[in-house]
Amino acid sequence: MCKTERAVVTVIGKDRVGIVANISSVLANHNVNILDISQTIMQDLFAMIMLVDISQSDADLSELRKELEKRAEELGVQVLIQHEDIFRFMHRV
Amino acid sequence: MPISPQEILETIRMIRMEHLDIRTVTMGISLLDVKGDSLEILAENIYKKIVEKAGNLREVVEEISNKYDIPIANTRITVTPIALIARAKEDDDLFLLAEAMDKAGEEIKIDYLGGFGALVHKACTACDIALINSIPRALARLERVCSSVNVASTKSGINMEAVLLMAEKIKETAELSADRDSVACAKLVVYCNAPEDNPFMAGGFHGVGEGETAINIAISGPGTVRAALKRLPNANLAEITEEIKRTAFKITRVGELVGREISAKLGVPFGIVDLSLAPTPEEGDSIADILQAMGLEECGAPGSLAAIALLTDAVKKGGVFASSSVGGMSGTFIPVTEDAGMARAVARGSLSIEKLQAMTAVCSVGLDMVAIPGDTPVETIAGIIADEMAIGMMNNKTVGVRIIPAIGKKAGEWVEFGGLLGRAPVLSVSPFRSEGFVRRKGRIQAPLISFTN
Repeated sequence: MCKTERAVVTVIGKDRVGIVANISSVLANHNVNILDISQTIMQDLFAMIMLVDISQSDADLSELRKELEKRAEELGVQVLIQHEDIFRFMHRV
Repeated sequence: MPISPQEILETIRMIRMEHLDIRTVTMGISLLDVKGDSLEILAENIYKKIVEKAGNLREVVEEISNKYDIPIANTRITVTPIALIARAKEDDDLFLLAEAMDKAGEEIKIDYLGGFGALVHKACTACDIALINSIPRALARLERVCSSVNVASTKSGINMEAVLLMAEKIKETAELSADRDSVACAKLVVYCNAPEDNPFMAGGFHGVGEGETAINIAISGPGTVRAALKRLPNANLAEITEEIKRTAFKITRVGELVGREISAKLGVPFGIVDLSLAPTPEEGDSIADILQAMGLEECGAPGSLAAIALLTDAVKKGGVFASSSVGGMSGTFIPVTEDAGMARAVARGSLSIEKLQAMTAVCSVGLDMVAIPGDTPVETIAGIIADEMAIGMMNNKTVGVRIIPAIGKKAGEWVEFGGLLGRAPVLSVSPFRSEGFVRRKGRIQAPLISFTN
């Protein structure tokens, strides 16, 4: 069993049909497994947060980011992908 | 405990909307073992050592920046003060050594290199004089090299001859870059109690007590602190302090994470995280704006020292716990040109050089990026430096002077440096002369508070 390496994908923007499907398909194309998914509202904007496992991914973070950003642009939303440690480190001792 | 969506969004908001970033990753490199029978050979060996030790620094910095999607504004190098390794005679020109640093920086894509400097808080050696005399041309001609000279310390007093000499060099440096608003002076700091592990420029150097190499980190977080305070318009001072502590903790943790990872990847010991709040000219990323968010009409209004004292202390209290090793300057920076709010305060007539100097007594880290009229006499510049050194010496703290006599400009006219260096109006300076005092030879002796043994 490989060690998991996790990243957080965040999509921010106006809610619309197909956001989850589109973002998930980019991830699936690169063998990135979605571990958890949640939605919330940030300052009137829709925010979707996915916890993903990138250990089996065939693309590195910057390649994934590029593809996700391209897809997000088509959807009119913003997307970020960041290694999860930055959140863990900032909010936990 | 899993990370909540609110925490994730808070982090993203801080980075994307409030300008949280890593100001610099700075690698310190000891040059104490670098030798050469001639200046040419020494220059070559300095070049080789920097390139050898930091060859892949840029690449690793980009990799980590990418991993967390956090901007890292600068990648920098500090080296042992060059005057300690140059073995020169008083009239030697050490430009070649600065040029070797610059060439190495260009080769490995480094933004700035600090350490073309000297430690002369008690007295100057021949080599120190040679180095100091080489500073103006090095800074005016070379893009990346920065200089700092420590002319005072609590333990040894103020070397007033070095203060006057540095005032002359600041003026020369200004004249040599007069066509660019005297911007070369932005790369020159005169210090009291200079820290040995400072990641910031222009004052960074790799101290003699440091190891072979180290990774030091500085963060830029005024925008996040300001935004946090703006969310608390009716809070009392205890609540404000708590909020600043919490915010400082979070931004320092990001510095700690980035520092640890880069140090592990490079196999270079992790030095320190500098807790300083370093502003940028970006809208809102401003110390002056934090003072406004605390309730002052403008930075410089009565109450500014009290507010900045609260801010500086709260940042330290929150930050110290967030990092395994805190160091460097760890104060609050109030660089006038680099902080759009400070520049605005000067333009509105709220902030004078005297008020700024008073603020440095409680917030560190000196008179920073202050443009003064180009025709200010050398002795007046020396007097300003001496006053600042006295604040540092008597309060046992680090202070620096980074002052820019803008050649051809008068008080109220603007200097424009661009990028992180920003822009601001020229401040007016007292017309009363300091000549009789600063031209006396010798040293102001160490104060009584230095005798702590």
